Amino acid sequence: MNDLSRREALGLIGPALLATTLPLHAQSGQSLKIGFGMALSGGLAAGGKASLIAYQIWADDVNAKGGLLGRKVELVHYDDQSSAATVPGIYSKLLDIDKVDIVVSGYATVPTAAAMPIIIQRGKTFMSLFALAVNDKFRYDRYFSMLPAGPEAKYAFSRGFFELVATLDPKPQTVAFTGADAEFSILCLEGARENAKKIGLKTVYDRSYPPNTIDYTPIVRSIKAANPDIVFYASYPPDSSGLIKATHEVGLSARMLGGGMVGLQFAALKTQLGPMLNNIVYYEVYVPEPSLQFPGIEQFVTRYRERAAKEGVEPLGFYLPPFAYAEMQILEAAITAAGSLDDAKIAEQLRTKTFPTVVGDLKFGAGGEWAEPRILSAQFQGIVGNDVEQFKQPGKQVVLWPAKYKSGELKVPFEPIKR
Amino acid sequence: MSVVAKTAKDEVARSATRGGWLGPLLAASIGAALIAATFLVLDWLGTDYAYLAAYTVLQFVVLATAWNILGGYAGYVNFGSAGFFAIGVYTSVVVYQTIQLPILATIPLAAATAGLVGFATGYLTLRLRGVFFSIATLALAIVLQTLIVNWDWVGGARGVYVLRPQTVPVFGSYARYLFAVMLGLAILSVLIARLVENSWLGQGLAAIRDDEVAAECSGVPSLWLKLMATTLSGALMGAAGAPFPYFITYVDPNTAFSLSIAVNTIAMPLIGGTTTWAGPVIGALLIGSLQQYATVTISSAANLLIVGVLLVVFVIIAPNGIIGLITSIRERRQ
Amino acid sequence: MAVSWDLLINAVLSGLLLGGFYAAVAVGVTIAFGMLDIVNIAHPAFIVLGAFIAYWLNSSYGIDPLLASLLAAPFAFLGGRALYRLYYYAFERRGEESLQGLAFFFGILFIVEVSLLLHFGVDYRTVEAAYIGPSVDLPFSLSVPLRLLTPLLVGLAMVLAIQIFLSRTFIGRAILAVSQDPGALRMVGGNPVKVKEIAFGIAIATAIIAGALLIIIQPVEPSVGREFIGRVFAICVLGGMTSLAGTVLAAMILGVAESITTTFWGPSWAPAVAFSILLITLAVRPSGILGR
Repeated sequence: MNDLSRREALGLIGPALLATTLPLHAQSGQSLKIGFGMALSGGLAAGGKASLIAYQIWADDVNAKGGLLGRKVELVHYDDQSSAATVPGIYSKLLDIDKVDIVVSGYATVPTAAAMPIIIQRGKTFMSLFALAVNDKFRYDRYFSMLPAGPEAKYAFSRGFFELVATLDPKPQTVAFTGADAEFSILCLEGARENAKKIGLKTVYDRSYPPNTIDYTPIVRSIKAANPDIVFYASYPPDSSGLIKATHEVGLSARMLGGGMVGLQFAALKTQLGPMLNNIVYYEVYVPEPSLQFPGIEQFVTRYRERAAKEGVEPLGFYLPPFAYAEMQILEAAITAAGSLDDAKIAEQLRTKTFPTVVGDLKFGAGGEWAEPRILSAQFQGIVGNDVEQFKQPGKQVVLWPAKYKSGELKVPFEPIKR
Repeated sequence: MSVVAKTAKDEVARSATRGGWLGPLLAASIGAALIAATFLVLDWLGTDYAYLAAYTVLQFVVLATAWNILGGYAGYVNFGSAGFFAIGVYTSVVVYQTIQLPILATIPLAAATAGLVGFATGYLTLRLRGVFFSIATLALAIVLQTLIVNWDWVGGARGVYVLRPQTVPVFGSYARYLFAVMLGLAILSVLIARLVENSWLGQGLAAIRDDEVAAECSGVPSLWLKLMATTLSGALMGAAGAPFPYFITYVDPNTAFSLSIAVNTIAMPLIGGTTTWAGPVIGALLIGSLQQYATVTISSAANLLIVGVLLVVFVIIAPNGIIGLITSIRERRQ
Repeated sequence: MAVSWDLLINAVLSGLLLGGFYAAVAVGVTIAFGMLDIVNIAHPAFIVLGAFIAYWLNSSYGIDPLLASLLAAPFAFLGGRALYRLYYYAFERRGEESLQGLAFFFGILFIVEVSLLLHFGVDYRTVEAAYIGPSVDLPFSLSVPLRLLTPLLVGLAMVLAIQIFLSRTFIGRAILAVSQDPGALRMVGGNPVKVKEIAFGIAIATAIIAGALLIIIQPVEPSVGREFIGRVFAICVLGGMTSLAGTVLAAMILGVAESITTTFWGPSWAPAVAFSILLITLAVRPSGILGR
């Protein structure tokens, strides 16, 4: 049926092999280049796009002031598609072909972890954004993490929650846990269980669900049947939404409910869930409360919102953008203080100095994590309707812990909306 | 061209496809020349990036060739290639966590595990229509993913770190080493495919593809042939997965079971041509390079869109792929 | 594990509700694959497309999602007919077998999904309606979320309507005839190609409606369709390929199996259980429950 001779077949393969050189013909120019992969598609894209806007605002700011080390800053980035597989290729292209001067990570753990071997091999100083516990295995001394969780991340997301539980009177007895079969949830629950044990709570339910669960009612119903005083969820954005909706549907009530719920920091879920969020205790990294008025944060958020509106990206800008901007502020300060692009000198600066940023004064500690963790425990209070404007005001996302940033009082219990 | 010369040329061509001694010798020498040329070109470009990009493309050569042994030769579509690939990946992870063998020793283990699973799946479903086999492979991939996600020891859903040495003796950078390993696998898989194609196994599979009932009536042991093809195909896909943990260093189920692998593994042979070993190779080289190019130039969601559109267009216009197009142009000229 | 009757009953109930939705999702595949032998892998992509159409009409114009899907259904019908035409001219007419046809639909699946991604992005989208949120309390401490009840009712109504169409109208009976013996149909003056075209159009229309049901139940983003590929074919096969009643039965079984596993053994194992059912069915009784 097919008469293609071997010679012809090989003849075709020759040109096809030449096609493999295609990727190498995509190039760039002079100026101070900062290279990174960023998730602009795939599961992490919402955060990735928001972070990219923050980086771009910073680049514009720096160039308006005359650049970095007297050179114009240029951001060189590629879409890592939220996957580890594209990352080695992207970072080797950035370093070998585009010849960027500085590299930073993309958003979140998976793309960051996949870049580490190349980074370590080349001895580059590397800042990462919201990547969880990446350096625990590598122990690389030129790694610096912009994640408010600090060196003991697994406890950070639940410590505030359970310290608040400990203040309740009468003392609660039982707790229920649930979370996704995925990296953050698993880590968060490990820490949560220990935090709960420390204050003497008894576990009455502890099960996980697969990441593509449709229906959360069976899970929430099982939790309700166990009758816990405290309910702790460790969830990703779609689960957070599903769990909260199921909670109201099934009519689950508790003294305190919430936990390490990713997604509640984004406008999409805040507006979608609206009043269903009332009295849920969750974690934030930044909210417009009077106790968190860092210098420059308000102006930054306003400028971010202008650009985000144009690009149809996350409109509130509380979760990633301020920290992405702060990351670049720190990098700028370190490079300027070092006076050069030498990785060892930059790393030295990053290790030793305290940096003023739009999210406060920051210092790095062991392993490149924040010396002082700052995961805030907050509570939604007084949410009415689904409008986004209310979330831009203080008083709706009240910070309860730590004491340094406290801006209101804990309201208990959590009651589902009456039907 | 003189009659003598033309006859000699035809003789070579004919013996090349039929597999006499001249054919393999020709293939081996051309193959060796190509290998040397590739290394020279890549060394000249001198960068790890070239090696890593080429690694991915070659990985698809192996996957596409493996898929085609069952899909193109026998006509049975495997939608679960990501599952077999992931078996290779996680066998490699298990080895890394326990006995720490070098990659070259891990590859046969991964191939054996994946081949075994292929055999088992085939045994359960190949007695039925081809479509049910396809659906079963889809289901298999999902079941495997659920199992891995629940297996904490290989990292479960959390993922696992696989640390690799910075340099390797002889090869220098690790990227170069990985590239060499995958190049070896690619050549091996193509040789195996060619061997199958020209053997009694290949002829039997072709008979099954054309008309399974008729083949059975004329005595072709279709179940056993299909089982062999499934096992071989699965084993090669597992082999392709074995070096992957060392390539990305952070293995989580989403990356290992990536749907991009399942799509590409099917698109590449269909675009290149399914009836012969050269088709998947051409498809993989072209589409793979295109995707690597797209990754560093345009947005990536469009990347998959391109693959999907190309797949549909080729399947409608050129159902026998690029090879089919060329054959029909040649036939029309004659 | 102590079997609490309360939990069990609620689990079974949830499963049945989910099953009604699964039936709506799978009926299109029963028609296209079971009756017409067209392996439309892209069916779940059309479901997601339907979900996004409902989302778009709901968020831009405030139209109720169910109404939106009914508005979209005629267009889906015409689109399905056009798609079948293309499939017929490219594959069935030439006699090219399932390999290229499968690949064709696989490509369509990707094109639809990636186009949705490029247009809507990766965020989860939801719809607003009066029946999303409240529940109905029944005796024996049962509670039925309207968000699940509505898709059950609409889904079953749709399947029933199709069943009536197939058994009572001329075209419907022609479709059944085509699935059994196209040659015989030609002999009595029917045009098999046109009949298959209409049937496929109906199948795609059901997908669009099922999409609206999906987004009522849960938030949707473009890649959720992949979870359904296996479920949909599993239900079709388990139900016996050509039988609509079988589809409903199989959908209920799958829904209850997933729900019970979720409640008692933890949600992690639900997908594996569902597909193990498929593999076992194929190995033990490939003709399904109500198949011939």
